[in-house]
Amino acid sequence: MEKFTSHTGVGVPLRRSNVDTDQIIPAVYLKRITRTGFEDALFSAWRSDPGFVLNNPAYAAGSVLVAGPDFGTGSSREHAVWALKDYGFRVVLSPRFADIFRGNSGKQGLVTGVITTEDAEALWKVLETEPGTEVTVDLVSRTVTCGHLHLTFEIDDYTRWRLLEGLDDIALSLTRAAEISAFEEERETWRPRTLPARHLPKAEVVSARPV
Amino acid sequence: MSGTLAEKVWQRHVVHQGENGEPDLLYIDLHLVHEVTSPQAFEGLRLAGRPVRRPDLTIATEDHNTPTLNIDLPIAEPTSRRQIETLRANCAEFGIRLHSLGDADQGIVHAVGPQLGLTQPGLTVVCGDSHTSTHGAFGALAFGIGTSEVEHVLATQTLPLKPFRTMAITINGDLPLGSSAKDIILAIIARIGTGGGQGYVLEYRGEAIEKLSMEGRMTICNMSIEAGARAGMIAPDETTFAYLKGRPHAPQGADWDAAVEYWRTLRTDDDAVFDAEVVLEAADIEPFVTWGTNPGQGLPLSAAVPDPVDIPDETQRQAAERALEYMGLTPGTPLRDIRVDTVFIGSCTNGRIEDLRAVAEVVKGRRKHDDVRVIVVPASARIRLQAEAEGLDRVFLDFGAEWRNAGCSMCLGMNPDQLAPGERAASTSNRNFEGRQGKGGRTHLVSPTTAAATAIRGTLSSPADLVNA
Repeated sequence: MEKFTSHTGVGVPLRRSNVDTDQIIPAVYLKRITRTGFEDALFSAWRSDPGFVLNNPAYAAGSVLVAGPDFGTGSSREHAVWALKDYGFRVVLSPRFADIFRGNSGKQGLVTGVITTEDAEALWKVLETEPGTEVTVDLVSRTVTCGHLHLTFEIDDYTRWRLLEGLDDIALSLTRAAEISAFEEERETWRPRTLPARHLPKAEVVSARPV
Repeated sequence: MSGTLAEKVWQRHVVHQGENGEPDLLYIDLHLVHEVTSPQAFEGLRLAGRPVRRPDLTIATEDHNTPTLNIDLPIAEPTSRRQIETLRANCAEFGIRLHSLGDADQGIVHAVGPQLGLTQPGLTVVCGDSHTSTHGAFGALAFGIGTSEVEHVLATQTLPLKPFRTMAITINGDLPLGSSAKDIILAIIARIGTGGGQGYVLEYRGEAIEKLSMEGRMTICNMSIEAGARAGMIAPDETTFAYLKGRPHAPQGADWDAAVEYWRTLRTDDDAVFDAEVVLEAADIEPFVTWGTNPGQGLPLSAAVPDPVDIPDETQRQAAERALEYMGLTPGTPLRDIRVDTVFIGSCTNGRIEDLRAVAEVVKGRRKHDDVRVIVVPASARIRLQAEAEGLDRVFLDFGAEWRNAGCSMCLGMNPDQLAPGERAASTSNRNFEGRQGKGGRTHLVSPTTAAATAIRGTLSSPADLVNA
């Protein structure tokens, strides 16, 4: 993962709450088997509306998204994070994030900063009044600078450390391989295993036909 | 030391205790895999040259993309076909058990685990799907994960996680006749909101929960994520043990006795403290429907479409205004007057045998409303076979419904089963997000019996409306 210390880019005011993962990327785009190339899928339904914020050329190059509370609710699809990143977003600021989305973001180097509702409102005002205004997000000091605004944001210490160091989670966990093996030695033998497979009686599944 | 159910399961799985704000490293007992959230994870393993650590704790099935008609023919949609072929190739390469389309054990991943007896009390269960919370109905700690975490579990059989907070949701008393598990969970979400459970594991308890079947408990735990909680749990009891006994992967003989002895310890101690508590009276829970575009925007069927001007919170008011515009609804309209075009019965929320029986009981000997299309999609191929053995397929076909093969289907419209723009559905699924069931589609979440009565009357209805008719 790429290290993240500070980022400056155009702020995009998304004045909506409960931006669920089906809005960030509809299920129809989840059929791809690659990890990149999702930029066209981001907010796909909303982007067909000419009034949508990203259709304003002043925001089109945005990289810091400022959204209402409960951003990323719904499904576990990491594609939502990939789509935001592929479009060019490096940071999302919101008063509250859904747990799975926040976790996925941390694994992919997308910063999710928690700000107060008042600060979200203040940022929206600046970004709407002066479209194209740049926002600086500093992960070291956990601060947001935008026009005359100097704000702070919250992010948990562990995620911040991993983002700053650009660490790969799997490699970190594999340093504990001996502990994992020791744990496996102690597990109860009756805990289920999928292999060898046990089945219900064999049965034929008949295909349904269109009516 | 006293603890809650969630804390007990957590503690039993700590491989390494985190210090100074580090997460704990938690062992994962069961990893469920499907075609949508896994291809990039397998690709990651390949690039890093890592094997799957425990194929014997991993199982895969095809569900999100699979068609529900003509399943013996090649999948027509090329991107869906390729994603499923990719899963088959990955499972073959990494030695993972897979139940493919056409196999009797194929179906929605959250139906397959329980029916094979793989989902058991006290396990940690993960899957790249947010409705993994379903398995908490057995007293397992079960939650959805993203693709990076899928790769992590495949490679290490562990996950680094910070402990959750705990919330008790107690439903006192008896549920009124005509109300079901779905109505309980919709009422809970309307009460605490779509963000109310964030950071928590919910533990559902109280008389009304204890009296539910395993199917009803799964419906409730399934939608924990719609309240923002990654997991929901119910303490295992005799109902749980009876459901599990004799299933293919349930412990047998002396193992069964040892397991039950342990499972009986999996309950919240009397002196344990939850971080938050919510109490609802079952007697107040009527058939519930959603009117908006998030699962928290729900009301009893007897209510009317709300007027946003009555909502004091500005964020919620704006959300309601947007929702009503998208849903094409006028404030003050009685919910019972809302006409629907489609009724969808299925999904990991309400596609189990008990749900199908409940629907059949309402529609038996009747004909659907002429203007309504009715699609019944069992959650798994086994459930379909069982329904057919009970003659439920005949009941649905005589009613005028379509009887389909198993899968996620119209719950999220990744296969051909979708709503057209503007089309309105009463759906037993779990999400009423904009465009969830097809671009421009409008979703009202309902229970199976509400879906059945709606299919008869053509407007949102409960079986009680049929008696009055």
